[in-house]
Amino acid sequence: MSLTDASAEAEHVPEEAPAVRGKGPWRLAWERLARDRAAMVSLGVIAVIVLLALLAPVFAAITGHDPQAQFPETGLTPEGLPVGPGSDFWLGADSLGRDLFIRILYGARISLLVGLLSTLLATVFGIVAGMVAGFYGGWVDGVLARVLDVVLSFPYLLVAIVLVAALGASVPLMIFVIAFFSFAAMARVVRGQTIAYKEREFIEAARSMGAGKVRTMFVDVVPNLIAPVTVLATLLIPTSIVFEATLSFLGLGVDPRTASWGAILADSVDFYRVAPGLLVFPALMLLLTTLSFNLLGDGIRDALDPRSDRLLPGK
Amino acid sequence: MTRFIIRRVLFGVIVLWLVATTVFLLFFAGPADNVARRLAGPRAPMEVIEQIKDTLGLNRSMWEQYASFLGNLLHGDLGISFISQTPVTTLIMQSLPGTLWLVAGAAVLWMAAGITGGVISAVRPRSVLDRTTTVLVLAGISLPTFVLGMLMVYLALSVFPWTGLQPGPYISPLLDLKGFLQVMIMPWVCLAVVQAAVYVRLTRGSMLDTLGEDYIRTARAKGAPERRVTYRHGLRAALTPVVTQFGVDIGTLLGGVVVTESVFGLQGLGQLMIRSVRYGDLPVIIGAAILASAFIVVANIVVDVAYSFLDPRVRLA
Repeated sequence: MSLTDASAEAEHVPEEAPAVRGKGPWRLAWERLARDRAAMVSLGVIAVIVLLALLAPVFAAITGHDPQAQFPETGLTPEGLPVGPGSDFWLGADSLGRDLFIRILYGARISLLVGLLSTLLATVFGIVAGMVAGFYGGWVDGVLARVLDVVLSFPYLLVAIVLVAALGASVPLMIFVIAFFSFAAMARVVRGQTIAYKEREFIEAARSMGAGKVRTMFVDVVPNLIAPVTVLATLLIPTSIVFEATLSFLGLGVDPRTASWGAILADSVDFYRVAPGLLVFPALMLLLTTLSFNLLGDGIRDALDPRSDRLLPGK
Repeated sequence: MTRFIIRRVLFGVIVLWLVATTVFLLFFAGPADNVARRLAGPRAPMEVIEQIKDTLGLNRSMWEQYASFLGNLLHGDLGISFISQTPVTTLIMQSLPGTLWLVAGAAVLWMAAGITGGVISAVRPRSVLDRTTTVLVLAGISLPTFVLGMLMVYLALSVFPWTGLQPGPYISPLLDLKGFLQVMIMPWVCLAVVQAAVYVRLTRGSMLDTLGEDYIRTARAKGAPERRVTYRHGLRAALTPVVTQFGVDIGTLLGGVVVTESVFGLQGLGQLMIRSVRYGDLPVIIGAAILASAFIVVANIVVDVAYSFLDPRVRLA
């Protein structure tokens, strides 16, 4: 369209033409995310999984199968092998005659609880520590940077093994171990962002207006951290869920009797050759959950920063 | 340069000392009876408790115990296993070959697959091949190692039994090469798949950064063939972060590939640790954990020093 056309058209603009409304960056990001089909499907899958986890007691009531209850009469064949999927046991029974479907639903509660809670803890502490280190600099930063280096260079399994050996396995300990390692990743990202923002004009402006350091950090720096923190947090959730499943699989996580995906999979080791469902169904749920969170995280990253490459370098 | 190395080594020694001290406090701090009970397990009779207190000198003061703990460590004495009554160093030496072979074999596979995949993706970004790689990488990162391992064992035993692949303890290749391969191939592939996913991401990102540099344009402008630009100019520079990650990963994995070893029953260091936790065999856990930390610390020093040769700016940091 040429300039003259535009000006000619401008004369004919009717009075009641809708005003052009500005879209905020969050609205733009949401619109980009809504166009990302993989991310939206993932969001849907996550919603279904959360719903299933919340409704676990309802399903237990419908089937009449408590997650811990053993049904040697109905759940096992006369030879003592677990029964396959059917109308009574929707996904079959496990080696003790417990309802696999119900156990997987209760396992989702553990996975989501550990995944979300440890990520939340890691995010809060990561933001505070990373921001303080980045903002204050000097020896505070030096000490924290070294601590993060050490934490990130140690494998979480090794630390988990030592801690479980010394303190005994429990869910709070597991959440703490996972949060501790996720915290380091979060703090490192926040620290880098804070250092980058520290020298910007708007921080200088805030300071020249007499804002204290704490106020500047929480009022001026934090809003700028939301985007990278959201992306990282979304990607930390699946990592935490895999941590939990792995620890429980190795017998270092939850009480082995508790229905958790890792424990269910560990239980299946001796039986999945005769009852492949014991391996396939919980593995599929675990994969579906982690894949959905990963796809959603990638989608959020693309939506918040359209220039970013889909596969960022680094872990 | 020498100062840089000395500083790194000193830092490594401090880290190891901190690890040893933390472990000591976790396991040995507290009243002697409690410590002995924890070491012996809940069902041990009173004589065993007394014997442990005696042999470990738990009745001495904390400082004396701490000093002898560190002294023994420096002499490479890690104590005696409560379960098998053999020295911890012997148990570790028995478990080490399985882990070493696992890491070495898998490393070859994942470096080859990871770098090839990353380069192909980076040279033709957004092509079908790149998108396929991206999906595979995402699947690889989302799939927990133990699930992949269990699926492999299931397939090998139930669907492809003619391959002869099976889970089992490590067999020396010098004694039985066929048996060695039958036991090792699955863990190699399993570990390599998980690791390769990370390395494809890393190589692709690093390669894309490098190929956007000015000197790459210069190389093209002076008429260097594309193949030469990609490999001699691009890949060479792009590999620096990959090599760094490789060093760190090797160190971490040598300390025990816990999950892969457990799924395939390889009886390496990682599985030794898991078994010791299950039986409450604390001397073994302590020894293996400190050894694993030492691997990690040494690998980090090697990487830092290697990096400072490749990129002199690091030395100033």
